[in-house]
Amino acid sequence: MSKKQKVPVPRINEETKPFWDATADRKFMLKLCGDCDQHHFYPRSKCPHCHSLNTTWVQASGKGKIYTHSTLRRAKVPFTLAYVTLDEGVSVLTNIVDCDPDTLSIDQRVEVVFRDNGEGSAMPYFKPAQT
Amino acid sequence: MLKGKAFIAGIFEHPTRYAPEKSLPQLHAEVAKGALDDAGLSFSDVDGYFCAGDAPGMGAINMAEYLGLGLRYTDSTETGGSSPVVHVGHAAAAIAAGKCNVALITLAGKPRSAGQATGTAPRTLGSAVPESGFEAPYGPTTSNMYGMAAMRHMHEYGTTSEQLAWVKVAASTHAQYNPNALLQDVVTVEEVVNSPMISDPLHRLDCCVITDGGGAVVVVSPEIAKSLHRSNVKVLGHAEAPKHLNGGHVDLTFTGARWSGPLAFKEAGITPADIDYASIYDSFTITVLETIEDLGFCEKGQGGRFVMDGNLISGIGKLPFNTDGGGLCNNHPANRGGVTKIIEAVRQLRGEAHEKVQVPNCELVLAHGTGGSIGTRMGSATLILGGEDA
Repeated sequence: MSKKQKVPVPRINEETKPFWDATADRKFMLKLCGDCDQHHFYPRSKCPHCHSLNTTWVQASGKGKIYTHSTLRRAKVPFTLAYVTLDEGVSVLTNIVDCDPDTLSIDQRVEVVFRDNGEGSAMPYFKPAQT
Repeated sequence: MLKGKAFIAGIFEHPTRYAPEKSLPQLHAEVAKGALDDAGLSFSDVDGYFCAGDAPGMGAINMAEYLGLGLRYTDSTETGGSSPVVHVGHAAAAIAAGKCNVALITLAGKPRSAGQATGTAPRTLGSAVPESGFEAPYGPTTSNMYGMAAMRHMHEYGTTSEQLAWVKVAASTHAQYNPNALLQDVVTVEEVVNSPMISDPLHRLDCCVITDGGGAVVVVSPEIAKSLHRSNVKVLGHAEAPKHLNGGHVDLTFTGARWSGPLAFKEAGITPADIDYASIYDSFTITVLETIEDLGFCEKGQGGRFVMDGNLISGIGKLPFNTDGGGLCNNHPANRGGVTKIIEAVRQLRGEAHEKVQVPNCELVLAHGTGGSIGTRMGSATLILGGEDA
C-alpha cells in the first residue's frame, strides 16, 4: 500500500460499524467478552471463545508484533500482507506500511497508523514501531 | 463407521488442460460420462449427484437437469478444492444410510482459458461474509496467504526454500511420465529456488498450475460393486475438519489435516505407517509440507527434512506422493485439486498408474484435500482407500 494508492473503503455492517466509526478518531477497537474476559478479532457480538453474547467494545493499544508477513512481488505495486499479534493477544490481518519490506522480520514491533478513506472511516495499517 | 460400506467404481480425469471451446457444463458432462464408462454404469443408473461451487447453478439442481439425471439424493457441500474428497465421504454415508446406490461426483472449471490470475489477484468474496471488511481491503491473494504460512513455518521450524523445492522436484519427476501433464519437465532444487519470487518466500515453481478440465468419481454400494467387472476400491475411512482463525488466535503452521487425519485413520483402523501411497493436496509446496506433518507422516516441524532427497518420489522415497505430477505439475482444474487427488489414489490401488511411478503391492492409499486458504480458513478432508480385501 503506497501512499499514492487509493485508500479502500471496507464493507461495514450493523455489527462492525462501531469499529469503523472509531477509526475516524484514530482508535483501534476490539471486542472483549464480559464473561471469559478474552478479546477476539474480527469483532462480533458473540464471543467465539466461550459463546457468551455479553461482549463490549474496548480500545486496543494499537501496538503489537509481526506474527508473519509476505510481500507480493508480482503485484503492480508490491505490498506486504501480514498478521500482527496485538499486545492484547489477538492477531489481525493488515498491511505493513511506511517501511522497506526487505527489512521486516517476524516478532518485529509495530504500531497502528490510520489512513482516511474519505468515506467517514479510516483504514488501520501497521508500521515499524518508532521506539 | 463407513468402512466397507461403499466402493469407488469409476474415475475419470479429463485429458484437457485448456478448453476454450467447451462450456463449463459440457466439461462436467464429459467427466461424468468418463467415470460412468469406467465403472461400467450409465447415467440412468445414477441416483445421487454431488458437486460443489465449481458447478453452475443452485446446488446440484441445474447440473442434474443439464445431465438429465433422475435423483433421490443431492449434496452440494462447498469446501473449495477439498470438496470432492468431502463428497466421497458424504456419498459413502448416504449409500450406507440407503439414500442412494450410485453416487456421481463431478468437478470442472476453465480458469486457464479465462486468463485468471488465480494466485496473485484478489478473490473478491463480494458477499456479506462476516470477515469481509477486515480482510479484503488488505489485498489477500492465494499466494501471499500461503506465503505467510510458509514464512511462519520457516521461522518456527527452520524450514528452508530448498526443502520446499524438493516437493516440486518430486512432483516433476513423476509428471515426466504423464503425457497429459501441463508441465512435463523435471526440475531441480536450484531451478525452483531461482524461479521468480511470487510472494515471499514462495517462488513461481512453489505454486500449482492453472488448468481447465476436471474429473469425476463414481461411488457405489457394495451390492452394485459386486455386479461390476472392475477391481473395486473400498472406502475405509473418511473425515473432514474446517480450520479457521479461531477468534484471532492465529496459527498458520498447521492445517485442518491435524484433525481430519487422525479421525480418518481411526475409522480405517490403520496408521500413517501403513500407507503405501498418498495424494497430498499441493496448491503450493508449503501445503504439502504442513499436511504431511499434520497427517502424522512425520513430527510437526520435521516436514522440511522429511521431503528432502526425493523422499516423496515413487521408487526412491518412503512416501510416494502425487504420482500423476499433482497440482504442481499435472493438473489443478477449476483451481481445485481435490478430484485429481482421489483419481490418482484409485489408479495406484488398481495398479493403473504409469509403470514408472506405480507403487508395487499398493494396498492402502490416502487422498487429502485442502480447500480455501491455509492463511485464513480452510476445509480439510482425508480419505483412506483400500483394495477389495482391505
